Amino acid sequence: MTVSAFTPNEMMTIAASRALSNDDVCFVGIGAPSAACNVARLTHAPDITLIYESGTIGTAPDVLPLSIGDGELCETALTTVSVPEMFRYWLQGGRISIGFLGAAQLDRFGNINTTVIGDYHHPKVRLPGGGGAPEIATSCKEVFITMKQATRGMVEKIDFYTSFGHGDGGDHRKRLGIDTKGPTLLITDLALWKPDPESKEFTVVSMHPGVTREQVQETCGWRVRFAERVEETPPPTALELTTLRDLQARTEGAHSGKKGA
Amino acid sequence: MAKFQSLKEAVADNLRDGDTVAFEGFTHLIPHAAAHEVIRQGIKDLTLIRMTPDIIYDQLIGMGLAKKVVFSYAGNPGVGLLRRMRDAIENKWPRAIETVEHSHAAMANAYEAGAAGLPCAVFRGYRGAGLKEVNPAIKSVVCPFTGEELAAVPAHRPDVTFIHAQKASRRGDVLIEGIIGVQKEAVLAAKRAVVTVEEIVDDFNDLHPNLCVLPHWTVTSLVHVPGGAHPSYTHGYYSRDNASYLEWDKISADRDLFTQWMKANVLDVGPDVFASRVKGL
Repeated sequence: MTVSAFTPNEMMTIAASRALSNDDVCFVGIGAPSAACNVARLTHAPDITLIYESGTIGTAPDVLPLSIGDGELCETALTTVSVPEMFRYWLQGGRISIGFLGAAQLDRFGNINTTVIGDYHHPKVRLPGGGGAPEIATSCKEVFITMKQATRGMVEKIDFYTSFGHGDGGDHRKRLGIDTKGPTLLITDLALWKPDPESKEFTVVSMHPGVTREQVQETCGWRVRFAERVEETPPPTALELTTLRDLQARTEGAHSGKKGA
Repeated sequence: MAKFQSLKEAVADNLRDGDTVAFEGFTHLIPHAAAHEVIRQGIKDLTLIRMTPDIIYDQLIGMGLAKKVVFSYAGNPGVGLLRRMRDAIENKWPRAIETVEHSHAAMANAYEAGAAGLPCAVFRGYRGAGLKEVNPAIKSVVCPFTGEELAAVPAHRPDVTFIHAQKASRRGDVLIEGIIGVQKEAVLAAKRAVVTVEEIVDDFNDLHPNLCVLPHWTVTSLVHVPGGAHPSYTHGYYSRDNASYLEWDKISADRDLFTQWMKANVLDVGPDVFASRVKGL
């Protein structure tokens, strides 16, 4: 396999998986975060603890779950606890090192909206809402966010604060009495972003192979800040790509939905 | 004391117009058969509580039986949006509904407080979250020992809770296995509880002592409905019918298609169809 042939989505998932380590206890959101966490587990972080909010602790699914409560998660977990216990003892109790979230709308300070587009009481589009995210964003020691870049999603101002990132930036979290780090990494299909240590504004620190600054700016609704030195993200290795593609092929086979298949 | 009944009797005896009702099951063990019986009986003006409203609440709302929904994630899990619920919120079809929106943590805590007989739940939550501004039921209290400000929400105290489980014993004790969600708390928080089960066994003498069991005297009505969670799943019995969840996205996208589907698959059939729906899953 030639390692140069990969899609931006694959690069995003693999770059996200690299940010996770063996010692992490990770609260996994469904979709892109789930793919990244399981690629990490199947490559460099075999002992990572993956937790889904349905109560499954230390799960190791063979295929990616379609929902947060698929049977596969429970069958492969070390233990499955009730949902109140999950949120009280494990999340609120401060036992999760990384919360991994996706976003419908995101601003430059890592605040996320998955609730409504438009006014809350008269929405243009009613989105599903927060689920576990409002507390994941504040109770996990730090938060990673992953999403595809688009001006519709990465906006100057979000319509609703479903989950709090760095608020207006600076020490806003501290002022609200939140002692966790909040968003520390944003992984998109084009780049890796980290918050500026002072302002907390997301700053591009690495661009994926072949990506230009113009592309990053064109697909982002705010004026993008680039770090003084912008690295190039190493391309996916053959092992990373094979692992991701195999996982996706198994997942597609399992969820293709034929009764009795 | 648990009474074994038909689904028709159990719903008619326990649920009334205007009641507050919870149907629980976190992706797993969702009591679809019970919700369909409520739809057939046309019990209306309901306040529906559920963490993830998903298909059953989309159906109850689309049939015009809900006046209010208390929830924390209104999505079709793994698929997308709830189109009937959106149509009710955005266009008031077939009627306007009131919504009370929480986070999962708040909902789970509210059930636990209900089960514990407390008036409210206290937890570290909603910090910086927009829901605090739009839901007047989210308040805060100050810890009398440390001074920390904590979130407070009212306890859930449903008139009726419906759940689906694997097994009941002949005495009416109930066993829940796998992803147990918030069902134990939802049953203990409610005035009356109706449980549908896959199977009825003689007794629970051989069970491991730490399993999730509801004693028979916490359950009002028990109904034997094999397949009663479909298209959700029952751990140890049948898998989730993911194709049905994907199909729902299309059915629910169109008012007429939805209405026809509900007539053919809910109004014109009975709970016995569920056993055949899970064959091969």
